[in-house]
Amino acid sequence: MSGLIYQLQDVSKSYNGRCVLRVDHLQIYRGEVFSVVGPSGAGKSTLLRLLNFLEPPTSGSIHFLDAEFGPDRPMPLELRRRVTTVFQRPILLSQNVRANVSYGLRLRGQRDSAHQVEAVLEQVGLAGLAGQPARTLSGGEAQRVALARAIALQPDVLLLDEPTANLDPYNVGMIEDIVRRLNRERGTTVVLVTHNVFQARRLAHRVALLLEGRIIEIADVDTFFQSPRDRRTSAFVRGEMVY
Amino acid sequence: MRGLVQAFQLIITRDPALFEIVALSLRVSGMALLFSTLIGIPVGAILGLSRFVGRRLAIVMLYTGMGFPPVVVGLFVYLLLSRSGPLGRLHYPLVPSLFTPQAMIVAQSIISFPLVAGFTMAAVMGVDPQLRQQVQALGATRWQTTLTVLMEARVGVLVSVIAGFGSIISEVGAVMMVGGNIEHSTRVLTTAIVLETRKGNFDLAIALSAVLLALSFLTNLVMLCLQGRVFDE
Repeated sequence: MSGLIYQLQDVSKSYNGRCVLRVDHLQIYRGEVFSVVGPSGAGKSTLLRLLNFLEPPTSGSIHFLDAEFGPDRPMPLELRRRVTTVFQRPILLSQNVRANVSYGLRLRGQRDSAHQVEAVLEQVGLAGLAGQPARTLSGGEAQRVALARAIALQPDVLLLDEPTANLDPYNVGMIEDIVRRLNRERGTTVVLVTHNVFQARRLAHRVALLLEGRIIEIADVDTFFQSPRDRRTSAFVRGEMVY
Repeated sequence: MRGLVQAFQLIITRDPALFEIVALSLRVSGMALLFSTLIGIPVGAILGLSRFVGRRLAIVMLYTGMGFPPVVVGLFVYLLLSRSGPLGRLHYPLVPSLFTPQAMIVAQSIISFPLVAGFTMAAVMGVDPQLRQQVQALGATRWQTTLTVLMEARVGVLVSVIAGFGSIISEVGAVMMVGGNIEHSTRVLTTAIVLETRKGNFDLAIALSAVLLALSFLTNLVMLCLQGRVFDE
């Protein structure tokens, strides 16, 4: 890990006057796997949308590399394109697998991306399905296509929003392997949002607990799971309800 | 039956009067469809994807337009373009005169525009809302996002164009009012059918109807072919 890639300061997000996220201070380092855990409705997905610059915060600022993202400060396109998200539900275009994987590259004006697409499909174990219509894929295959589509962009930051929820253990293992390799070999910063503490423990370097829109505790993975400071973290790690 | 035989004869003998009428029908409806598509698809996409003050009112007006009687549109365009009308009195070169094909194109564009825009709006609203967030997360600009949503809604967009074409190729009231059914000038298939029926030439009227039906069928077939295998996906 070297240097900051994100710095959030006094960030809040409200919808219809209801505050769903309030982060006083958060730093994410380049090259780390940072996991955000918490129950449903804690604000995890909202945080990811802010980190992907899909929505501006209601207040506060998000520093990404040298740029600032805020309520009236949009993120320049070239920086926005260095971050991408894989969502819980893979939404694929009604085209074949190859066209789906090359979609982001085409957005960037890269027409001749055949080799890149084949290599990424090989990486996710779907080389044989390149010409298949995306709608015929299983849930696990579709999620791997969504991951391949993101990896093909070679992003600086990969945001994962519950990427393995509802998948079978084979696909979970495969996706975790891909993420691990991506982080290790390319140094991609990964922000993983999950309510699966076991997955966070397997993948992350640092973990944060988010409850009711607020960060309760951030620690390196061993500290977070073995000797958390906050009783709510202990309870969440033990699998107890924490509301 | 005699009408169908006559239709066949008119076609194989390349009857010049028939071909003139067919050519004008295609020219008028084709140009009107082009204009209404060029304006209707972006308007439909904006109404389907954006949220702004007055959107609901715009949608209500669009829905009203979808059911607007063509003859009322004809009356509206007639009053607008007549010599004492607000546009006609300007004598501006771009403003078409009454009883010309250009006036018929204006009327048909107004008739088909709400259908193209309304069906396009419904088609893009039917696309998974999460798709927009996903493509933006992949780095799409607002323009690229809109194009992607339109591509995903392509079956519905194609239906909107087909509906727009269907509404004008078979339309008679407006073109009769603003075109006047003048021989060698503004006579199209529908107005010719009305005229021949009134004259009691039922065989010729049936022949022209058969040609109109065949034309409509062929045009829709070509549109489907242009879209490739979209309906088989």
